[in-house]
Amino acid sequence: MSAETSLIRALIAERFGEAIEELGFSHGVHAFAASPDRIVELCRFLKEHPALRFDFLSDICGVDHYPEMPRYEAVYHLCSLPNKWRVRIKCRLGDPPRVPSVTGVWRTANWHERETWDMYGIRFEGHPDLRRIYMWEGFEGFPQRKDFPLRGYKDKLNPFGAEGPPPTQPDLATEDIPQGGRSTPGT
Amino acid sequence: MTEVTELSWPEADAPHTKEVLLNLGPQHPSTHGVLRLVLELDGEYVARVDPHIGYLHRGTEKLAESFTYTQIFPLTDRLDYLCPPSNNLAFALAVEKLLGIEAPIRAQYIRVLMAELARISGHLLITGALPLDLGAMTALLYAMREREMIMDLLEMISGARMHTSFCRVGGVREDLPDGFFPKIREFCDIFPNRIRDYERLVDNNRVFLKRTQGIGVISAADGIDLGLSGPNLRASGVDWDIRRDEPYEIYDRLAFNVITRDEGDCYARWRCRVEEMRESVRIIEQCLDQMPDGPFQIDMPTIAFPVDKDRVHCSMEALIQHFDLSAYGFKVPKGEVYSAIEAPKGELGFYIISDGSPKPFRMKVRAPSFVNLQALFGVTNARYLADMIAVLGSLDPVMAEVDK
Repeated sequence: MSAETSLIRALIAERFGEAIEELGFSHGVHAFAASPDRIVELCRFLKEHPALRFDFLSDICGVDHYPEMPRYEAVYHLCSLPNKWRVRIKCRLGDPPRVPSVTGVWRTANWHERETWDMYGIRFEGHPDLRRIYMWEGFEGFPQRKDFPLRGYKDKLNPFGAEGPPPTQPDLATEDIPQGGRSTPGT
Repeated sequence: MTEVTELSWPEADAPHTKEVLLNLGPQHPSTHGVLRLVLELDGEYVARVDPHIGYLHRGTEKLAESFTYTQIFPLTDRLDYLCPPSNNLAFALAVEKLLGIEAPIRAQYIRVLMAELARISGHLLITGALPLDLGAMTALLYAMREREMIMDLLEMISGARMHTSFCRVGGVREDLPDGFFPKIREFCDIFPNRIRDYERLVDNNRVFLKRTQGIGVISAADGIDLGLSGPNLRASGVDWDIRRDEPYEIYDRLAFNVITRDEGDCYARWRCRVEEMRESVRIIEQCLDQMPDGPFQIDMPTIAFPVDKDRVHCSMEALIQHFDLSAYGFKVPKGEVYSAIEAPKGELGFYIISDGSPKPFRMKVRAPSFVNLQALFGVTNARYLADMIAVLGSLDPVMAEVDK
């Protein structure tokens, strides 16, 4: 175990105790698992701690572990430009998946979270503008979920799609999707 | 155009001012592809910008889940179609890390050589296209002339001008062809002078300087916060280059400078790329000088295709190996990897989760253009509409990569 690994682990353990599980070091990345309610705190800590300075958010992505439960996962890749370290934070989410947004920590999280919402339906709570980014407004379903067919569902525009109507998305159908920001008039 | 109102200035709180919504794109020459910007204009000023992307969304990540690892290479070509060898390299490195193997040294040199050729080709386009967006057409025509030389070289290596798909897991597809070295040496001799030509064409163009210097400034802190990478970040004075700071392949054996500028404006971003082309030529020359002999593919029949294609027709084992790899692919041990390289546009990362099967369970592409485009939010407020074009051009997004 190198010095940096033990330093990162020690600092996180000192601050969060048992709340952050440590998943080992592989291929140049230190991995940790956090619960959704600690994610913003952990990100802010990693970014602002003077010895760590994980100032660069490389990526946020969703993973669907269907049929495993809990099904969803949000994965954050952080990079420390001054120290040249990389960290991965994994956050398992139930169904419907909800996790606090880290847009308050890094502005770059905005589009990453919109993409993850669009593709996996993971709700980032507190996101200022959680709209679909790749798919059009009014598209039903979340295409990168494992139970979404590769060719989509059959309809009049897509004769090659799978049979059957799109499954109803409980978190879409019910209530309070913050479409966020302003809708774009005149489009 | 929605409607025309009289020119109004943001500082004048005159009651007759009215905001205008303008759709720029999706088909507009200076959006470099199919990008639609919904602009809220206050007179000539851009009050708010809302980029709409996704017109080129092909579902690369979803598709990859149903492809074997070898089949994914052509998909990666189509991300940043200006520099496919870099994308191939990034993906190959990620899979190799999962497998715990390394390509032979000669293959690594060939890959780096091609990636740097691709970098020049990608930067050449922006070198010409940014002045074109701002009304100076000549540079693009000259840049295309040199880009053609690179296309010829790539065609010579791989048979394809653009979508090379030349990398393989554990090496490259073929060895360099006969007669390649004199041709690329010729290119390396000619090209630095040509860079000087572009500089003479563009650098003394007062209109170009006026429209790029001091325009679209992004500070270093903003750049990091917005996740910028590559030349866009270095133009803001952040000294970060994955080739040097997290060396992959044989970059630690090569001498090159990381170009940074402090201004963070459109001109700095353009300038950074021009300088980087010079460094790329240096890297290519070093690759040619140091290129060792040896195999170009790893000697692992479970992963690499038979090197001698004639054997496939005569030997049962080679035929089975070839068929097996084509039809079923190879298994990759369970695990996950995030591997990033310095692509021409910035940090190109592949996050792959393998469940032990021949197809990735999840492949996420951290596309640099996608993140760079988001920086439009950081710079364009209260700027002229015409500056918007300069900012967009200087950020150099490739829409195919933005939309994945």
